[in-house]
Amino acid sequence: MSTRAFMALFWLMAWIPGISTEITVCDECSISSIAVAVEEANAGDTIRVSAGHYTVENLGITKPMTLIGEPGAILDGANTSYVLRLLSDSITIAGFEITNSGRSYTKDYAAIYVYDSKMVQVIENTVHDSFFGILMEKATQSVIRGNKVMGTATREDQSGNGIHLWHCEEIEITNNEVFGMRDGIYLEFVDESRISRNYSHNNVRYGLHFMFSNHDTYTDNTFQHNGAGVAVMFSKWIRMERNRFEENWGTASYGLLLKEIYDGEVLDNTFTENTLGIFVDGSARVNYSHNNFLQNGWAVKVSGGCYANVFTGNNFIGNSFDISYNSRMNDNTFNGNFWSSYSGYDLDKNGMGDVPYRPVKLFSYIVNRTPETIVLLRSLFVDMINFSEKVSPAFTPDDLIDDSPSMKRFK
Amino acid sequence: MIKILKYSFSDLMRSRWSFIYLGFYLILGFVLLFLNNDLSKGIITLMNVIVVLTPMIGTIFGVMYFYNSREFTELLLAQPVKRSVIFLGQYLGISLSLSLSLIIGLGLPFLAYGIFRSGEIANFIMLLISGTCLTFIFVALSINIALFNSNKIKGFGYAILMWLFFAVIYDALILLSMIVFEDYPLDNYALVASFLNPIDLSRILILLKLDISALLGYTGALFQRFFGTSSGLLYSLLMLTCWVAIPVMLLLNRSRSKDF
Amino acid sequence: MIAVKNIRKSYGRLTVLNDISFDVSGGGIYAVLGPNGSGKTTFLKILLGMVIPDGGKVLFQGQDISRSHGYRTQIGYLPQIARFPDNLSVSEIIHMIADIRNQPSKPEPLIALFGLDKFMDKKLGNLSGGTRQKVNIVLTFMFDTPVIVLDEPTAGLDPVSLIKLKELINTAKSSGKIVLITSHIMSLVEELSDEIIFLLEGDIYFKGALSELKIKTGSNDLEHSIAAILEP
Repeated sequence: MSTRAFMALFWLMAWIPGISTEITVCDECSISSIAVAVEEANAGDTIRVSAGHYTVENLGITKPMTLIGEPGAILDGANTSYVLRLLSDSITIAGFEITNSGRSYTKDYAAIYVYDSKMVQVIENTVHDSFFGILMEKATQSVIRGNKVMGTATREDQSGNGIHLWHCEEIEITNNEVFGMRDGIYLEFVDESRISRNYSHNNVRYGLHFMFSNHDTYTDNTFQHNGAGVAVMFSKWIRMERNRFEENWGTASYGLLLKEIYDGEVLDNTFTENTLGIFVDGSARVNYSHNNFLQNGWAVKVSGGCYANVFTGNNFIGNSFDISYNSRMNDNTFNGNFWSSYSGYDLDKNGMGDVPYRPVKLFSYIVNRTPETIVLLRSLFVDMINFSEKVSPAFTPDDLIDDSPSMKRFK
Repeated sequence: MIKILKYSFSDLMRSRWSFIYLGFYLILGFVLLFLNNDLSKGIITLMNVIVVLTPMIGTIFGVMYFYNSREFTELLLAQPVKRSVIFLGQYLGISLSLSLSLIIGLGLPFLAYGIFRSGEIANFIMLLISGTCLTFIFVALSINIALFNSNKIKGFGYAILMWLFFAVIYDALILLSMIVFEDYPLDNYALVASFLNPIDLSRILILLKLDISALLGYTGALFQRFFGTSSGLLYSLLMLTCWVAIPVMLLLNRSRSKDF
Repeated sequence: MIAVKNIRKSYGRLTVLNDISFDVSGGGIYAVLGPNGSGKTTFLKILLGMVIPDGGKVLFQGQDISRSHGYRTQIGYLPQIARFPDNLSVSEIIHMIADIRNQPSKPEPLIALFGLDKFMDKKLGNLSGGTRQKVNIVLTFMFDTPVIVLDEPTAGLDPVSLIKLKELINTAKSSGKIVLITSHIMSLVEELSDEIIFLLEGDIYFKGALSELKIKTGSNDLEHSIAAILEP
């Protein structure tokens, strides 16, 4: 088919109502402004933006449409306000580099702001030098995929959150990378959503932070080197699987903080070299299975009223302290885990140690009271008092034992 | 001095005890690696062992060698050699032969299990450095004790007591004092206290490797600076060197005015 | 050659040497005698710098010996108890001492003299006391030193070796050396010594020729002279 014939067909199709049009925006094109293109586009049209630097200040999109940025297409908010506001259903934003949203202490300016929409897709954009990255409010059935949100914050008040959702449902957040923001991913009142394969690292506060968000699933994410790790609060029926929590170091830094979490599942996650692997505070009926706790300061710290939590089939390897309790009460079970510091034997060869393991050491109790004593960790004297406490528990919960410690590390 | 060192070293290297010591480390190394088949876990276990064992062996060997070689020392003293040279030579002879037993005894098993091809080489070298430092420190301390006590039994008793003090009693006192004064800021105290005991110092070198996640959980600014940066490692090594130097100087000073 | 000036030494409250002074100049054999605990060995050790005196000084060829060690190249010393590193062999210890002293040595004739050839490769720890004493003697006499100090040289020696040792001492004397000797065997002292230094309660009770001592005490032999001194 000749080029001429192809073009004729193309224009013909463009005239047929209901079939979407593609508008191209570039410096030399008839339309060189994105705002104009958005204004002129009909619902369902596609706007293709060529490489170039475009100033876009507080552009509201109120019709369903698709905006595609070609490599090198930069949307610059000129540090004034929002860059893009998506205020209609079925908007797709893909492939842009978005920068310089405004900064404010009263308004949450974001590079991409979504409000009260359905089926919005934010795909493979790169956001930097913005206050908030992607901010969604009251959205449903939407997708945030393959974006990269970069910040340079060193203090909490310097930055907003990378991906921030409020009152949303059925959102899919996958394959994004967020770093240098306040919270990497922040969810509040977000239900029935899936958060997977994201990489959130070096954020000032939390890598992932959610509250009042029920029935969500978190899988295959990596949270690394965040100021305070991951905090999960006041939520029910959440599943966390195959996530990695790494190198969250600091006084108030947790691999995973669970506060008031009920009926959750924490499976197959790996906690490596965190000051606190999991800090469980006032949570109940959460199952922890097949997680790996590797070389954390405290693998699991249990505080407050925690009831009917079950730890089973986990690997506790090389942690300074395996389990730490702040009281003598225990209503949680710790059976059938692998503990690298278990020194018992298995004479009946059933794969489980014949002597129960006591994961709470007296020294962890002492360190809770007088934190500076941590410098005596691994000293001979400390081993001796730990041993005596093991023989006759006086300060640690005496019913907190693993009756069937595994002799082999779980794969 | 090199001559004295050479002779006491070659004497010790042929003694039964050096072989037993070497054999012990060889067996320990191979058994640990055989059971774990994991270099890093082997190193962790060894670190705990070495912090307690090398001071003990250094103490016992130092005292034993000094008392047993008293007449030989007298023979040397009658030769035209400076006293400091004799004592320094003997001291280095004992320390080096013990250190060599340690390094070879642990080096061979780990070499056989491919330490050079793993990422653990730095930790392993740290292990050998702290073991060697502790050997040098405790041999010097025990020779000092022997120099101040002509009575063999007494000297031996004091030496064992010294080891017990640094290995256990010191930490017990520190822990108790910290619990008693827990209402006061203690981080400077905790660090200084551990710096004043070479065993604690080496233990901290180990903690820096194994338990950095836990150490960083404490708020104190000094802690954060010390453990959070490489300065912790640097200061610990520096202080270990001081711990070698001071007893050696004391030893030389004492040897100058000692009658034989 | 050796001048001892006002030497004092006490161990705790026990005064061993109290203001001792004397000179030894010409070659000859000097016996340092005295009852047990009279400070004979202490005195010899002060001379060798092994014991530090509380006061006074020792001049060796006009030089103060305190804080100096080079003068010991001029002294051969045979200690009272012959103990060596157990794991070295006889030939090694001989080489070692020669090596440490860095002086020319002639051990071979002495080794032959005492029949030590067959022990050369034996470890010192496995030798009998007498054999060890022979090694000790070899180590002392193998250097050509103007002064020789012998602290109980006869301990554990068999009669044949004793005769050989006496020959060695006499040879040394005839080549003009100074030999300082302590011994409990009075016949030996009587046979060898030219001059006697008798220490008693920290002082020099007597210093002079053997004949003078006999005259002074009115006895015929040394043993009785000494008995006369100790039990007047």
